[in-house]
Amino acid sequence: MENLIALLIAAPLLGAAVLLCGGRRLDAVGQWIGTLLSFASFAFGVVLFADLLGKDPEQRTLTQHLFSWIQVESFQADVAFRLDQLSMTFVLLITGVGSLIHLYSVGYMEHDERRRRFFGYLNLFLAAMLLLVLADNYLLLYVGWEGVGLASYLLIGFWQHKPSAATAAKKAFLVNRVGDMGLSIAIMLMFLWFGTFAFGPLLGGEGEPGMVGDASEGKLTAIGLMLLLAACGKSAQVPLQSWLGDAMEGPTPVSALIHAATMVTAGVYLIVRSGAIFNAAPDAQLVVTIVGAVTLLFGAIVGCAKDDIKKALAGSTMSQIGYMVLAAGLGPIGYVFAIMHLVTHGFFKAGLFLGAGSVMHGMNDEVDMRKYGGLRKYMPVTFVTFGLGYLAIIGFPGLSGFFSKDKIIEAAFAKGGTEGWILGGCALLGAAITAFYMTRVMLMTFFGEKRWQPDENGNEPHPHESPKVMTIPMIVLAVGSVAAGFLFNWQSSFIHWLEPITGHDHGHAPLSAGVITGATVACMVIGVAIAYGQYGRRPVPAVAPRGSVLTRAARRDLYQDDFNHVVLVRGGEHLTRSLVYVDHTLVDGVVNGTAASVGGLSGRMRRLQNGFVRSYAVSMFGGVAILIAATLLMRAV
Amino acid sequence: MNPVNYLYLAALLFSIGATGVLIRRNAIVVFMCIELMLNACNLTLVAFSRMHGNLDGQIIAFFTMVVAAAEVVVGLAIIVSLFRSRHSASVDDASLMKL
Repeated sequence: MENLIALLIAAPLLGAAVLLCGGRRLDAVGQWIGTLLSFASFAFGVVLFADLLGKDPEQRTLTQHLFSWIQVESFQADVAFRLDQLSMTFVLLITGVGSLIHLYSVGYMEHDERRRRFFGYLNLFLAAMLLLVLADNYLLLYVGWEGVGLASYLLIGFWQHKPSAATAAKKAFLVNRVGDMGLSIAIMLMFLWFGTFAFGPLLGGEGEPGMVGDASEGKLTAIGLMLLLAACGKSAQVPLQSWLGDAMEGPTPVSALIHAATMVTAGVYLIVRSGAIFNAAPDAQLVVTIVGAVTLLFGAIVGCAKDDIKKALAGSTMSQIGYMVLAAGLGPIGYVFAIMHLVTHGFFKAGLFLGAGSVMHGMNDEVDMRKYGGLRKYMPVTFVTFGLGYLAIIGFPGLSGFFSKDKIIEAAFAKGGTEGWILGGCALLGAAITAFYMTRVMLMTFFGEKRWQPDENGNEPHPHESPKVMTIPMIVLAVGSVAAGFLFNWQSSFIHWLEPITGHDHGHAPLSAGVITGATVACMVIGVAIAYGQYGRRPVPAVAPRGSVLTRAARRDLYQDDFNHVVLVRGGEHLTRSLVYVDHTLVDGVVNGTAASVGGLSGRMRRLQNGFVRSYAVSMFGGVAILIAATLLMRAV
Repeated sequence: MNPVNYLYLAALLFSIGATGVLIRRNAIVVFMCIELMLNACNLTLVAFSRMHGNLDGQIIAFFTMVVAAAEVVVGLAIIVSLFRSRHSASVDDASLMKL
C-alpha cells in the first residue's frame, strides 16, 4: 500500500509533463488528460484512505522511502513520504476539490486558446501541493512549498497579456518570497540545533518524543516564529496579506482551487504539522493567535467594502484562514478544529468561487456586483449552490461552517484567561462581519432589480445558466458544504480521526458550549439583519457611494498597499539611493582618486627621464654619495 | 713611505675621474675617466692589501683589471658604432631614450 503514495504525486506530475511538453498536438484533448490524471490521483487517495480506515488508529502512519536525495556527512535529506491522518485529510481535499475544479475548468476555459497550458499548470499545482503535504521532512516540504508558489505565480499571471495580471503575479511571487525566507531560515535553524529536519526524529510521534522535547524554549520560539512567517506569506496573513486580493486577476477556477481551498491553507498545515514545536513555545503560539485574530478581522472588514465579487470573496478567504491560524495557535485545543474548518472552508469557499465564476461566465466577465442584481431568475443552479455555500460560511445552524467555526470560537474561549476572552471576542465579532459581507454579496448578486447596462459597444449581457460540466462540480461542492460539518461531528469522528497526530485537549471554557453557540448564532443573525437593512430593503446604487472613512479605507484594502509602498518601496528606494551615493562618492572616489594620483605622480616622474647619460650618472653618483654618507653616519652613531 | 698617502692619491684620482665623467661630452674622454676611476679603486685595494698584510686586495685588483679589459673591448666597440651612425662621439647627442 505504501507504494501508492508516490503515485498520488506522480499522476498529476505526469499530466503536467505531458501537457507542458506535448505541444499543439494535445490542444484538443489536453483538458481531458489533465482532468483524468487528477481524478486518478483522487482514486489513489480514496484507496489509501480505505486502507488507513482499516487499521488501528495508532498504526495509521504509512511511510515510503523513495531514494536518498542529498547525503553530505551528517546532512541527510531523503525523498520520503509520510501519509498519516493529517496528510490523508489534505490529500482527499486537494485531489477531491482539485478534480472537481479541473472538471469545472473544462467548461470555464472552453474558449481559451491556451487551455492546454492552463491544465498543465493546474496539474503541476496538484503535484506540488501533494508533495508539500506528503513530504516526510521539511526540506522536501520546502520543494513542494516553492512548487505551489511557482504554480500560483504562473496561474495568477495566466492572462499575461493583461498588465494587471502580470503585476499581480509578480506581487504574489515577491510577497511569498518573504515568507519562504522564513521557512528556509527555520529549516537552517533546525539543522543547526538538532542536526536533522526529518519529521520523525524531530517532532516525534507514535509515542516517541522527538528532539524538540529536550530543546530550550528560546530555540523553539525562534523556529516557531520563522515558521509563522512562512505561514503568513503562503496563507496571506497580516502582515504579508497584500497579495491575495490582487491574485484574483487569475482565472476563477484558479482562485477557487489555489487561493481559496488549498494552497493558501498550506500555512495552517505547516503550523499544525509543526505542532510539537509550537506546543513547547507558548510565546510563538501567542503570536500565532494574534496574527490569526488580526487577520480574521482585517479580511472581514476588507470583504465588506469590495464591489468586485472575487475580491470580496478573497477578503473572506483571508478572514476564514485567520480563523484557522487562530485555532492552530491555540495548541491541542484548536488543531483539530483548524483542520476541520480548513476542510469545510475548502468545500464552501471553492463552491462560492465556482459560483462567482459561473456568474461571471454568464455576465460577459463582469465582476462588479453593482452591475449584477436579480440573477436568481437567470441562474437557478448557481443561485442554489452559491446560496448553500453562503449559508455554510455564515454558520447557519446545521451546515458545515456552523460546526467548524463554532468549535473554533469555543476553543478560543477555552484558551482561558484574558487572552481567551479577547480571542473569543474577536472570533465572535468576525462571525458577525462574515454574516454581513456574505449577505451583502448574496443580495447584490442574486436579489433586487437587474442593474446591468449595455457596454459601450452596445453588448448587453444575457445572463444564462452555465453548462453541466460547470454546474456538476458546483452541486457536488454544495452538497459537501452542507453535509461535511455534520459528518465530521457525528460521534466526534473528525476529532478521533486526527487525535493520534495532533493530540486533543478540551481546555477550560469559561462559558458553556450552549452559550457560545447561542452567541455565535446571535452574531450571525445580527450581521445578516444589518446587511439586509442596507442592501435588501433599499435598492443598491449602481455607482458606489462615497461611504464612511472605514468604508473608503477598506476599499483600499485598509491601506495595506499604501503602507507597503511608503514603508517598503520608498524605504528601499531611499536605501538604494543612499547606497548608490556612497558608491559614487566614497568607493568610486577612493578608486578613481588612487588612479588619478598615480597617473599624476608618474607624469611628474617621467620628466626625470631626459635621455642625457650624464644626468643619469649624476643621480647615480649622488645616490651613492648619500648611501655612503648615511653608512658613515650610522657608524658614527 | 706611509701607505695612507696612496689612499689620498687614489681619492684624488677617483674625484678627477668622476668629475670627468660628469662634465665631459666626448665619449672617449668619458671612457678614459671611467678607467681612471677603476684604477683609483685598484690603487686603494693594493694599498689596503699592503696595510693589512694580506693578498686579498691584490687578487681583487687583478680581477678588476681583467673585467676592465673586457669592458674596454665592449665599450670601445659601442663608441665606434655610435660614431659611425651619427658622426659624433658626444654622449649628449645619444639622447633618444627618453619620453
